[in-house]
Amino acid sequence: MTVTFPQKGLPWLLLLPQLLVTAIFFLWPAEQALEQAFYQEDAFGLSREFVGLENFIDLFTDPLYYQSMLTTLLFSFSVAIFGMSAALLLAVMADRVIRGKLAYQTLLIWPYAVAPALAGVLWWILFDPSMGPIALWLESAGVDWNHYLNGNQAMILVVIASTWKQISYNFLFFLAGLQAVPRSLIEAASIDGASPFKRFWTIVFPLLSPTTFFLLVVNLVYAFFETFGVIDATTKGGPGQSTTTLVYKVFEDGFIGLDLGGSAAQSVVLMGIVGLMTVIQFRFIERKVQYS
Amino acid sequence: MHNLKLASVVVGMSIAGSALAATEVEWWHAMGGANGEKVNEIAKGFNDSQDAYEVKPVYKGNYTETMTSAIAAFRAKQQPAIVQVFEVGTASMMAAKGAIYPVHQLMRESGQPFDESAYLSAVTGYYTSSEGKMLSMPFNSSTPVLYYNKDLFKKAGITQAPKTWQEVESSAKKLQASGVSCGFTTSWQSWVQLENFSARHNVPFATLENGFGGLKTELAFNGPLQVAHVKKMGEWQKSGVFSYSGRTNDGAAKFYSQECAMFTESSAGYAGIKRNAKFDFGVAELPYWEGKVKQPSNTIIGGASLWVLQGHTKEEYKGVASFLSYLSRASVQADWHQFSGYLPITHAAYDLTKGQGFYAANPGTETGVIQMTTGTPTANTKGLRLGNFVQIRGVIDEALESVWSGDVDAQTALDTAVKRGNALLRKFEKAND
Repeated sequence: MTVTFPQKGLPWLLLLPQLLVTAIFFLWPAEQALEQAFYQEDAFGLSREFVGLENFIDLFTDPLYYQSMLTTLLFSFSVAIFGMSAALLLAVMADRVIRGKLAYQTLLIWPYAVAPALAGVLWWILFDPSMGPIALWLESAGVDWNHYLNGNQAMILVVIASTWKQISYNFLFFLAGLQAVPRSLIEAASIDGASPFKRFWTIVFPLLSPTTFFLLVVNLVYAFFETFGVIDATTKGGPGQSTTTLVYKVFEDGFIGLDLGGSAAQSVVLMGIVGLMTVIQFRFIERKVQYS
Repeated sequence: MHNLKLASVVVGMSIAGSALAATEVEWWHAMGGANGEKVNEIAKGFNDSQDAYEVKPVYKGNYTETMTSAIAAFRAKQQPAIVQVFEVGTASMMAAKGAIYPVHQLMRESGQPFDESAYLSAVTGYYTSSEGKMLSMPFNSSTPVLYYNKDLFKKAGITQAPKTWQEVESSAKKLQASGVSCGFTTSWQSWVQLENFSARHNVPFATLENGFGGLKTELAFNGPLQVAHVKKMGEWQKSGVFSYSGRTNDGAAKFYSQECAMFTESSAGYAGIKRNAKFDFGVAELPYWEGKVKQPSNTIIGGASLWVLQGHTKEEYKGVASFLSYLSRASVQADWHQFSGYLPITHAAYDLTKGQGFYAANPGTETGVIQMTTGTPTANTKGLRLGNFVQIRGVIDEALESVWSGDVDAQTALDTAVKRGNALLRKFEKAND
């Protein structure tokens, strides 16, 4: 069914607010970044020199940049997978709770309200090698915890700190998804003698796939772009470069190092990666999703 | 008639109002907590001392945030008149010739009496042009010293504070034998263990007088002495003589908890240590390697200075100049020095503090000043002037961490850091030439 408007102007007028928001907050900054990527400029903007592709060449001849890409992939998929599986588990449990359901669910949603930097600081204190309760407990269990020196442990720390917040968000969607699964289907399956585990895998999980797909996209985007606050508050990208993700590097080079051209070039690369990620997700993964 | 009276009152009030409205001078700073309150107090002291100008201090977050917001504000033509910039941002500020108003020039053009010899050259040296002119006003300067836990030392049977790294090692071993798990830890590893280490041993950190000689400077901290020190620290990390605790000053926690018996940290850390240490502690000078240098040289400073930015009215600059004069007064300086633990910036403030008996009553507070003012600063101990220094420090942090974790040997790590740092220097040179 197609809706037709009597005048040509009205649809544009109705679209205008959204178009303006997109243009001012997305297209304009993106264009600025694109332009900046071809210049080298001092911090105060007093002199500016066109350098062509030099910023990009610097980037792609730097082995550490590729290292940072691998770090980002490892980090993002860890956050997405851990965050989603923990949330799914909690949602399945919460769905079964009869008494105090609301209180239980509310408590699980709470961490989402915590600002990323605060979440970072919280976990940083818990894991502090000399005074953090978790670190001390690990030590008594025979694990020598020191994320200041051990890159893998630092990665685990930032993954936990970033995942924790996201679990609430995922939980909310999974819970809504679970509640939308028709009870009759599950009841029919149990009459046929399917075990709870089998019922989950053959009925509930496939029906949750649109939610899962949506969350995968959202979580990856979150891990890619919104976690620099957590990283800044916990490891500052270290030790070495073991937790320097691409976005943290943009922040570090641009805002701390004041290298605007180099930072802009990295942003352009990131834009490209997001585009690619979206295409891959919708082309290949979405095909396997069952919407009804 | 009644209305006319009212109108004249209103007019009269507005005239009086404009006569009273002092010229506002905005001062962006990075001093949080107790020091932030002290900054407000200093501004209030100035505002109360006269009524032509009003200094408004605005806290802008940590050093990087303050500098970044000032630069962003400058690009948007909303910059404050005064901004506090940390020492690693010095080269960036200096290179921005169109953005800054050199302090010596400001003082002259505003007719403020200004005698550069009244200031401690070890402090101002960091902020002077190649012609020896002060470009910014030092505000809070500090230098690294060695804090040690006297109680643990006594328990281990050590009677003297270590002067040399050899003594640090032997003390640490005795401490470990008495049950202490870690000998020493450090804050700001690049600043303490490489930048100040180089100055202390009078070896260059970078070529061309540590960058004072121009933008073509190249890093030189991969010399034999620095490599030997970093290598030794890598070994110490394994044996527990040294314990790494992060890039900033997180090591304080290990010193407070008595996990580590020694701590190399800024002289400005004194107040915090005094508040948190539940034990008797002492302050010693930053150690040096015996046999590698006859007489240890002066260390260099950290901290921040006040830069005046372009784009304000003549009247405002008069206010800035008069405020900077006020800041340099011996009484104001001495009060700030004694309160915060930062170094005094004028000879008069130092003498006043001494005369008040402050050092005698607070042993250890003078250590930094003495160490800073040892001998005459050389090309290797005047300070550092390197572009993109914030990023270079990051590169150094990464290199050192790779040594502490045992992944890379000291020579390779420092060579790589020099190479990566030089690329950043060339980038800065290109953007600012």
